[in-house]
Amino acid sequence: MLASGNDAPAAPRTMRMVLPRGRMPHASVVLLATVVATFSLVPLGFIGWVTYDVGWETVKALVFRPRVGDLLVNTVLLESITIPLSIALAVTLAWLTERTDIPFAQFWAWLAIAPLAVPAFVHSYAWVSLIPGMRGLESGVFVSVIAYYPFLYLPVAAALRRLDPAIEDAAASLGLNPWRVFFRAVLPQLRFAICGGSLLIALHLLSEYGLFVMIRFDTFATAIVDQFQSSYNSPASNMLGGVLVACCLFLLGLEILLRGNERYARVGSGSPRPADRRRLGWFVLPAILLPAVLAVLTLGVPLMTLGRWLYLGGSEIWRIEVGSAFVQTIVLAVAGGVLATIAAAPMAWLSVRAPGRFQRVLEACHYYVGSLPGVVVALALVTITVRLVLPLYQTFATLLVAYVMLFLPRAMVGLRASIAQAPVELERAAMGLGRTPGQAVRQITMRLAAPGAAASVALTALGITNELTATLMLSPNGIDTLATKFWSLTSEIDYVSAAPYAFMMVVLSLPLTLTLYAQSKRTAGQ
Amino acid sequence: MTIAFNRFSHALALAASLLSATALAGGAHAQDEGLVVYNAQHESLGREWIDAFTKETGIKVTMRQGSDMQFANQIVQEGDASPADIFLTENSPAMALVDGAGLFAPVEKETLDQVPEQYRPADGMWTGIAARTTVFAYDKTKLSEDKLPKSLLNLADPAWKGRWGAAPAGADFQAIVAALLQLKGEDATKAWLKGLKDNATPYKGNSVAMKAVNAGEVEGAVIYHYYWFGDQAKTGENSKNVGLHYFKNQDPGAFVSVSGGGVLKSTQHMKEAQAFLKFVTGKAGQAILKDGTSYEYAIGKDAPSNDKLTPLADLNAPKVEASTLDSKKVVELMTAAGLI
Repeated sequence: MLASGNDAPAAPRTMRMVLPRGRMPHASVVLLATVVATFSLVPLGFIGWVTYDVGWETVKALVFRPRVGDLLVNTVLLESITIPLSIALAVTLAWLTERTDIPFAQFWAWLAIAPLAVPAFVHSYAWVSLIPGMRGLESGVFVSVIAYYPFLYLPVAAALRRLDPAIEDAAASLGLNPWRVFFRAVLPQLRFAICGGSLLIALHLLSEYGLFVMIRFDTFATAIVDQFQSSYNSPASNMLGGVLVACCLFLLGLEILLRGNERYARVGSGSPRPADRRRLGWFVLPAILLPAVLAVLTLGVPLMTLGRWLYLGGSEIWRIEVGSAFVQTIVLAVAGGVLATIAAAPMAWLSVRAPGRFQRVLEACHYYVGSLPGVVVALALVTITVRLVLPLYQTFATLLVAYVMLFLPRAMVGLRASIAQAPVELERAAMGLGRTPGQAVRQITMRLAAPGAAASVALTALGITNELTATLMLSPNGIDTLATKFWSLTSEIDYVSAAPYAFMMVVLSLPLTLTLYAQSKRTAGQ
Repeated sequence: MTIAFNRFSHALALAASLLSATALAGGAHAQDEGLVVYNAQHESLGREWIDAFTKETGIKVTMRQGSDMQFANQIVQEGDASPADIFLTENSPAMALVDGAGLFAPVEKETLDQVPEQYRPADGMWTGIAARTTVFAYDKTKLSEDKLPKSLLNLADPAWKGRWGAAPAGADFQAIVAALLQLKGEDATKAWLKGLKDNATPYKGNSVAMKAVNAGEVEGAVIYHYYWFGDQAKTGENSKNVGLHYFKNQDPGAFVSVSGGGVLKSTQHMKEAQAFLKFVTGKAGQAILKDGTSYEYAIGKDAPSNDKLTPLADLNAPKVEASTLDSKKVVELMTAAGLI
């Protein structure tokens, strides 16, 4: 499988961002990525083993039942409505903040990312407090779009900022009107960003638990947790997990189909001039309305709810446990974020520089594991540690391994996009000047991709801060994170005592969100 | 170039040191956990018991929070390697499961003597620590006394379609189904579960179900009594329109569910673990039920419950053998009915 180059047929050298086969740091990187991929196959292997263990009859009875059909319908509807809405919203918003003369563009850009600092289940709770009757598909779509669209806005805005306006000029000079310039010259260039972001959201929708519990919309993830609470790691919960893995593999295949492998870095000398901002004229009023209304929905509502709780609780709800949960959360988030980014790096580089059939398989491994609900990953790790490696049972190490698995896709997206934008020619030039391939990657590509890596750490840490199910199952005894405390208190309807935890989650997520924002500005060279 | 590389290795070094710090923190933590309690009771109640016990004896206790059946199955998986010394639940079926796997150590006689016989299994492998009664929480603005169901079984009638709620995925509700199974047999239970699937709105948790009654989404919900009292004691905002209907008559709907506590055979701290169970079932532990914010019934001999509650003796509950409540069968039946 490893390309030595000598016996490989010379591939036609198209203008892509792929390295030629030959002298490449290929083997060692492939090896590293394979190790990570193998690890990520553990939960799948576990489900496979359970399937084999219980026998085909039981599997049939547990998978082909009406309940699974209902869940599948729910999932398909949720995905197919949420994703297009999120794309439309994110692209419109990114266009407004990056390419028009909308007043306070910086401010709106900031507000567009800020909802990331509010955990999905806090969004959901805020809306349920406001409209108690909220439930079902419409509510699920609504809250999902609100909670997750920044995952699309971020890469799309960053891509828009880096586009070479010369292409648009060329399109315009060929007589296309501004609308058609956008759809024919700009949108195709955003494909990488849109695909990456959409995949991230789609996977989130598959594995999100808290958000949907609050508004009573059943998905596979909520059904698995229900089964888990009734029967721990019974075949029933694992079979639902199996169906979920199948859904996820389908999404991965779809994204690879849609993504393509065009070149996205500039060819030729010079550097692109900053794009002109389009004048909105009288259209500025409706244009400002969009980010303003969105800010009210995504930030106003949760902050209002939180404010009310905190006001009702006064000073006595700030107990000592809030502080210790805060510290635990920080430590876990940073450690997990750094680990996940290190684990994702080899694969991110390979997927851009040396795509191939085997690499795609590896990449699929990296992505599928992140789409599993925490409960499935945790289940596998609990069973394996308790039976095989007892010293690791209920330790920080196991919890961190779970985090790395769950957030590999997040780490990949940030890295992959920024590696794709680091021209391969620089790597080649460095090798031409006598650097070893390894050095070239480290000194050129890693440096150019550093902002992407920072984004990966921040995104992962954000995810860990708000992770619930795996943390509940795997955390060492007596360890509580902000998310788990918040959840247990809200389930006792002690919303007042839960408020400080939600507030601290937001406080902790803000600097991470700021990092993301700063990083996306930096990639634009501003 | 080298500068960049240096920066990168700095970042790596930083990451490495962070990780080792985490590992150290984890290691330091693992050394001194004292007693480990797997607590499936409400977190606040478990916390109150533990803090009072530590205050009295100086013994450190670490609590892990979860739900009944999850922990029961988890303990069975962990087997002799279980980190838990003590298991506390909200309902009996989970205790029966662990007992069935032979993982409990016998409870000390002194502890058993503190608890009346009807609140502990005959084999003495675990004991009741508190109790809760099933109620029908109903919307006072919509239902008058005469419109209330006479029996839990009536709720499966077509007349109740779309009018009531429950939390079928929770251990609380599954304990009620387990009682029904023991009292009325499998066929009747299957039929009732079908009625539940057709008629009832599923909620995630009793408190959410009560909120829905209060908000007028459904006319009533099958839950336990103390959610209402707890909310009334706080702000009452989730229960102001809600009344409680007790089925009495030894109806399955008058089922009193016994919360259990047991010491695991594999414990390294047998003496302290037994002392903890003795404390919970003793005067001080039961007084926490009377004076605290849990509003669950105290079950110790001569231990009074909170005087806001309808006394246990007046509930006319059906006779249920707690130690044989069959959680496994209940989950099977409910899965087959498409409820979970």
